[in-house]
Amino acid sequence: MSKVIHAIYNDDDILMNAVKAVRKEHYHIEEVYTPFPVHGLEKAMGLEDTRIAITAFMYGCVGLTVAIVMMNFIMIEDWPQDIGGKPSFSYIENMPAFVPIMFELTVFFAAHLMVITFYMRSKLWPFKKAENPDVRTTDDHFLMAIDAGHHDVDQVSQFLTGTGAIEISLHDKEDDH
Amino acid sequence: MDTTYKLPSKLKLFAIIFMVVGAIGMITGFLTAPKTIEDVKAIEASHHSDGHGEEDATATNDAGGHDAADAHGAADAHGGDAHYEHVLHQMQNRPWSALYIASFFFFMIALGTLAFYAIQHASQAGWSPVLFRVMEGITAYLPIASIIIIVLLLLSVFHVNHIFHWMDPDLINPESDKYDKLIDGKKGWLNGGWFIVRAIIYLAGYNAYRYFSRKWTLNQDNANDNRWFKKNFKLAAGFLVFFIYTESMMSWDWIMSFDPHWFSTLFGWYVFAGMMVSAITVIAMVTIFLKSQGYLEFVNDSHIHDLAKFMFAFSIFWTYLWFSQFMLIWYANIPEEVTYFITRIEDYNLPFFGMLAMNFVFPLLLLMNSDYKRVNWFVIMAGIVILAGHYIDVFNMVMPATVGKSWYIGLPEIGSLLFFFGLFVYVVFSALTKAPLLAKGSPFMGESKKFHY
Repeated sequence: MSKVIHAIYNDDDILMNAVKAVRKEHYHIEEVYTPFPVHGLEKAMGLEDTRIAITAFMYGCVGLTVAIVMMNFIMIEDWPQDIGGKPSFSYIENMPAFVPIMFELTVFFAAHLMVITFYMRSKLWPFKKAENPDVRTTDDHFLMAIDAGHHDVDQVSQFLTGTGAIEISLHDKEDDH
Repeated sequence: MDTTYKLPSKLKLFAIIFMVVGAIGMITGFLTAPKTIEDVKAIEASHHSDGHGEEDATATNDAGGHDAADAHGAADAHGGDAHYEHVLHQMQNRPWSALYIASFFFFMIALGTLAFYAIQHASQAGWSPVLFRVMEGITAYLPIASIIIIVLLLLSVFHVNHIFHWMDPDLINPESDKYDKLIDGKKGWLNGGWFIVRAIIYLAGYNAYRYFSRKWTLNQDNANDNRWFKKNFKLAAGFLVFFIYTESMMSWDWIMSFDPHWFSTLFGWYVFAGMMVSAITVIAMVTIFLKSQGYLEFVNDSHIHDLAKFMFAFSIFWTYLWFSQFMLIWYANIPEEVTYFITRIEDYNLPFFGMLAMNFVFPLLLLMNSDYKRVNWFVIMAGIVILAGHYIDVFNMVMPATVGKSWYIGLPEIGSLLFFFGLFVYVVFSALTKAPLLAKGSPFMGESKKFHY
């Protein structure tokens, strides 16, 4: 059964340097658990750039379209309104009145759908069992999970101690992720 | 390491060529402006026959009928020579307006940079001290711009030109048939003497801040403690209070009063937003230019990224104010307010909507992506469009009131723009040579050099 080594750190700067050192030695970092977002950690870990910005742009475009279609139906087609004493009954000529709605729905769609996407991609939903292996990572400790693979565990542990880990432990790999 | 900038002689020559070419364009504009209504008739006739006429068919017919029937055009159904007289005044205003717009545009850049610079001092920003000398270089144009502005305003007050309609004394003379009750009601604010006194107060305040802040940051370079830094902080905070009041009044005086019947309560903010976005764009462009010449080695992509973020954000802020001003007036549809936008939409359709695309849609789409904000040539390209867009914005604020339908982007406009561009480049880059490009005394310099987004 494959094993995973958990190294615990108590400072984000030490963690950052440790991540860089571990990657330099070509050990495989499975995951890092931190109590707060650590600036630059994703770059140090070599993670791919997030694509959430692209989804945000697309959701914004959807929101804008929904606003246009909706206002056109409500205010122009279904029950034509005389807006500001200008009974032109044309969407484009009444557009200034709809701009706030177009803006708001763009932001609304982008923000909410982006959050939902983030939860789905992170596999977070209500009543979900926490995945972090040590509860202290929600308080003031940082945990780096390293794939033991075919490395010599003692040697890896020694190396990790050198990077500033305060605790090192060996675990069986769980299969659910 | 020597961080002092040396002005390349090529750049000097480049600036001088722009000034000379621009001056020729400007002078030609003044010389070719029509002097009598006969000239106007000749111009209109040739324009109509060329098919350039933008007026409706009746006007074309009128003008055509004139030339054929009566060289003097005395017996016109539309009020005789009144139309030509009106157009004559517009055409005579055009080179003055073009000069005024270009000089104000570059004044705006220098003043906006000064305000941005004061914000950096007052907020004790940690990212920007590496850019202080660039900003100080740009604000070095402020004294010269102020002199030009005050001379232009004095020429208007002394009736050398008539771009400010409200300065016509007949308008406030109840005996005159041109008497205008609304303008008469505003004469407590809009009168030549008080107008010039205000202009002197604004400009004296801006230039005083510019003088002392520059001097004190230079002092700070060689100081052992933070005394000058602290003084600069207090001065910047005081200046910003002065600035935000006087900037608003300045934009009423120097821009909004072109349409003396019309007013907008957020006009000061609107001009301010355009000023800031142009200024930050110029800071970014000068920085990138100096970097490309091998200077400013301590400025990294994160600084450019932050400037581009400001360009993006202030472009949206500008649009927000533009729209806030437009929508309320459009919605309420009150004749004396809405006439401002009707003139612009009917007579200035392309620059009016073109400017929206250049100042909003273009920066929105180009600068939205985080990575693009770090690509220097991308920032330069976006910057050129933004600057052109904001020149057109000032054009749209001034021209409809001074020249009406007789506008065109021709020799006077381009000549003035080139002239002031050359002068601006010359003054700014000469000023950059006068001090090391690193304001090494700033206590935040270490943070700024290491700044990483």
